[in-house]
Amino acid sequence: MTVPAELVIVGASLAGLRAAEALRAGGFAGTLTIVGAEPHPPYDRPPLSKQVLTATGPPPDTTLPVRDDLHARWLLGRPAAGLDIEHRTVNLSDGTAVPYDALVITTGAVARSWPGHRPPPHGVLTLRGLDDALRLRGELRPGRRTAVVGGGFLGSEVAAAARARGAHVTLLVAAEQPLLGAVGTEVGAHVAALHRGAGIDLRTGTTVEAFEAERGRLVALRLSDGSRLPADTAVLALGAVPATRWLAGAGLDIRAGIRCDAYLRALRQDGTVAPGVVVAGDVASVPHPLAGGRHLLLGHWTNAAEQGEAAARTLLHPDRPEPFRGVPSFWSDLHGARIRSVGLPALADTVRVVEREPAAGRLEVAYEHQGRLVGALTIGRTARLAAYRQELQRRGNEATGRDRPVPARRGPR
Amino acid sequence: MRITVDMNLCESHGQCVFAAPEVFSFDDEDRLLHDPSPADSLLEKVERAAASCPVRAITVTPGAR
Ligand SMILES: Cc1cc2nc3c(=O)[nH]c(=O)nc-3n(C[C@H](O)[C@H](O)[C@H](O)COP(=O)(O)OP(=O)(O)OC[C@H]3O[C@@H](n4cnc5c(N)ncnc54)[C@H](O)[C@@H]3O)c2cc1C
Ligand code: SF4
Repeated sequence: MTVPAELVIVGASLAGLRAAEALRAGGFAGTLTIVGAEPHPPYDRPPLSKQVLTATGPPPDTTLPVRDDLHARWLLGRPAAGLDIEHRTVNLSDGTAVPYDALVITTGAVARSWPGHRPPPHGVLTLRGLDDALRLRGELRPGRRTAVVGGGFLGSEVAAAARARGAHVTLLVAAEQPLLGAVGTEVGAHVAALHRGAGIDLRTGTTVEAFEAERGRLVALRLSDGSRLPADTAVLALGAVPATRWLAGAGLDIRAGIRCDAYLRALRQDGTVAPGVVVAGDVASVPHPLAGGRHLLLGHWTNAAEQGEAAARTLLHPDRPEPFRGVPSFWSDLHGARIRSVGLPALADTVRVVEREPAAGRLEVAYEHQGRLVGALTIGRTARLAAYRQELQRRGNEATGRDRPVPARRGPR
Repeated sequence: MRITVDMNLCESHGQCVFAAPEVFSFDDEDRLLHDPSPADSLLEKVERAAASCPVRAITVTPGAR
């Protein structure tokens, strides 16, 4: 594969924009086309469950800055509907065929929908994009009874934001604690206390069985404990599903996201590399050095930004690609507490509390798997994370055949 | 080069500290400290730090003192 002349990026968000920027910065001078399903230019999603919901004035603009010298052709509001790898063509839903020499897939993920047979009534929302956030924002008025369903970070953030807007909030979590699967009991307990302290009715070990509607609009949820929870609005935060539906029949391995090799090149169902296709961000399933080379799907901002750049590097330097070895990191802001993490806490078999000072709102925990560090998380102690990250980076480099930190790349001057 | 950090935007994500520890650090209260005019040899790292900041709080002006 030589450096391509016609480059297409499908997915006009963080990973796609970072790939485009890195391609231009790396000297790519050919045609750059960016296809996006949404009508909006790229924007940032993390504020959608935070400042966009809580702002009392007009919601902040989360549009990502696009440099003038990107010189891209934007095809927005036009989802890709199919991919022909053999003829190197992306087919859009409006029938347009977009040919490419090289393709970057950054279609991210969509909110997991209600698994029931019948679609839920009006008033039951999910949150993934800007339009979802603005709709939800309109529902979060003081005194509104709001049920948030889901034990992950998104559910916790939405519950906290709704409470900050004065809504009556019930947070329904299937596990015994929020965030249990993601970051373990210690952090879960800390966050549960934050929620309760803010006046959120947190109900653990509880799931939703059905919705009750009147004239098509939600009035209550029926819960697994047999109770009935009256509600004006419900938000389903049931996780994210990689956006690969448009790739059905393309021949790629899309059983759980798009399966890639360590260079972010897309793999076909037979395990071979699909020519000219790289993948980045929430849609990419990538072998991870900290997980012993197992494939992981990550839904984090930093991962999407770093993979966008790494995918571009693979296209720019096909003869000397570098394996992706970013250390995952994640953040969340809940009731004013700054939760920051590095590595892969979800892999841990042991959680070690290094410091706990609930009164000061501080927590520092280290995550280990078979006695080795796999991650760390702090609340109100970000300063402590750098050392953990360094250790994880060193380990990741080791696992991918580098024992020294990666020297800074020399770009063209 | 010259670096400015908009402390109204900074949310102590620490990505800049990961990317360029020579230039960025935290105090005990997780407030960001930085060297406003580091050596030009650190430009790549500092640009990486600016790009990795999720809230784009860092502005780098190459060459300036
Ligand atoms: C509400 C919310 C809060 C979050 N908070 C945090 C946080 O605090 N910290 C953190 O680390 N991460 C957070 N994240 C995760 C972070 O935003 C994602 O990891 C990041 O957006 C992934 O970027 P991406 O470019 O891979 O995918 P996405 O941002 O999902 O973008 C994919 C784009 O592709 C488009 N697309 C999909 N299918 C097609 C198609 N067929 N054709 C054309 N275009 C298509 C989509 O419309 C979308 O614009 C949050 C996410 C959400 C939704
Ligand atoms: S990365 Fe940005 S938000 Fe984080 S500490 Fe640095 S300047 Fe602040």
